[in-house]
Amino acid sequence: MLSIHDLHVSVGGKAILDGLTLDVPAGEVHAVMGPNGAGKSTLSYALAGRPGYDVTAGTATLDGADLLGLAPDERAARGLFLSFQYPTEIPGVPALTFIRTALNAQHKARDEPEVSAPNFLKLIRAKAADLKIDFDMLKRGLNVGFSGGEKKRMEILQMAVLSPRLAILDETDSGLDIDALRIVADGVNAMRGPDRAMLVITHYQRLLDYIRPDAVHVLAAGRIVASGGPELAHELERAGYDKYAKVAA
Amino acid sequence: MSLARAIETGDLAELPSRRDEDWRWTDLRGLLRVLPGPTLADAAAPTTGPFAAVAAHRIEIANGRGETHYAVAKGRSDVLDLRFLSTGSGSHVARFTIEIGQGASLRLLESHEGAAADYVREIDLAITIGQGGALDRVVLMADCDSAISVVDATVTLGVGARLSQTVLTDGAKRQRVETRVVNPGGGASVRLDGVYLPAAKRHADITTIVTHTGVGGTTDQLVKGVVRDQARGVFQGRIVVRPGADKTDARMGHHALILSDRAEVDAKPELEIYADDVACAHGNTVGSLDEEALFYAGQRGIPDGDAVAMLTRAFVGEAIDRIEDAAVRGVCLSWAQGRLERP
Repeated sequence: MLSIHDLHVSVGGKAILDGLTLDVPAGEVHAVMGPNGAGKSTLSYALAGRPGYDVTAGTATLDGADLLGLAPDERAARGLFLSFQYPTEIPGVPALTFIRTALNAQHKARDEPEVSAPNFLKLIRAKAADLKIDFDMLKRGLNVGFSGGEKKRMEILQMAVLSPRLAILDETDSGLDIDALRIVADGVNAMRGPDRAMLVITHYQRLLDYIRPDAVHVLAAGRIVASGGPELAHELERAGYDKYAKVAA
Repeated sequence: MSLARAIETGDLAELPSRRDEDWRWTDLRGLLRVLPGPTLADAAAPTTGPFAAVAAHRIEIANGRGETHYAVAKGRSDVLDLRFLSTGSGSHVARFTIEIGQGASLRLLESHEGAAADYVREIDLAITIGQGGALDRVVLMADCDSAISVVDATVTLGVGARLSQTVLTDGAKRQRVETRVVNPGGGASVRLDGVYLPAAKRHADITTIVTHTGVGGTTDQLVKGVVRDQARGVFQGRIVVRPGADKTDARMGHHALILSDRAEVDAKPELEIYADDVACAHGNTVGSLDEEALFYAGQRGIPDGDAVAMLTRAFVGEAIDRIEDAAVRGVCLSWAQGRLERP
């Protein structure tokens, strides 16, 4: 479903990704692990189309169609969702308004009918309850004054409502206590399915105890330097990233 | 010296110019080389104004002609739709006085509507609010592109009276909405908000001067601007606390977004404090839209233009949300939405 080939990305003229190749088939959850500075967040931002992340070579396709030539909103409409490591605060725009605007913008881009207000409310009420998000919180400015855990739950809520083809979870475990981690992981696991792929980006193996990946990749110095099954995450937890730093160099 | 005097005397030297400190960003003398003759009504006035649905009583003053006075008797409560119409080119002046009796209240829904091109006009209002009285004033400016337009209001509050004002404007060729307020204290409170949203080559100036003359008055001001294309926004806010006006509490906030390289915002917030025991604060920011928020909205599927409209609407909504009456607030929100969604 997601196919990345020989991707090179620079930020501010500095090369960060250096020939990254990765395939995530439909129905699978892949984890990308790596030390700080390896390029994990750059990978997620480059796939989402963040300005300032310049693709200098390589390709990335979703369902066979090029992603890199599209604007961020067009990528979203094709089914790409990024759960941000640091979700942005949007003062003055209630979460409800924001999510409904996003959902209907995606529907419009795909020539699908608009979701009516009552149907939207029904949908988001159910999803919010699953994630133990107080409905009143959805009437407040999106992420404004939310705790780290609340912001992450709000990301997963948006993912649940927008129902993407490909979800990229960038350090979704950072800033979460164990209870919040379990709620978030349950939310993510509920969305696993044969038509959806997920890319879980994390520094620590902890999250992968809750979201069991089908495959684990090690990202070091801008490239995938090793791939394996879930056991690879445990090995990394034990031995650290040192040996991969040498491989990359 | 004022546009009104220049129109009435035909003397261009009466026009405020950039040499006058209070008019340096809204120069009229450099703009008007010839004063046009008096406006003759040559276009039909729009039949209903923006507040038609939310006010029962209406006064219309077309091209400076019409009623000149309105009073609210002691203890009474009124809603007035006051329309100033410009239906032909040329120049005109109107003066209007409003007297709000002791303990009385008025919701004043004031619109300035240009149905013609190339008019030059000044509207002067003198408003007094009796002791314990209240005025909720919303001013909606709807001048045409080629208009030169000034609204000058003086509001004098009685002890314990309240003024809550919101000015909404998208500017004109050159436009100023000025409000001078005297706050005598004794619990008198002033809310003096504004929203300016000029685009194209329009110019919008919101100028306010509040003078605290007695003990225990409050002023709370929030002005928000979004300026696009080659438009210019001007905010001048002065709060003067006279000697002896102790326990004054004055807060001023002005925040503007500039959405294009060629747009401009000029701001001059001033606090002049001559009393000791006061609480005064002001905040002033001028910047561009948060790029992170735009990318975040884009990542969720909201196209750039829609995201800009959503974020700017939220930005100015903060000021409009302070209008107490829900129906009036609704009119103002849809006005702002209409301005911000224009391509």
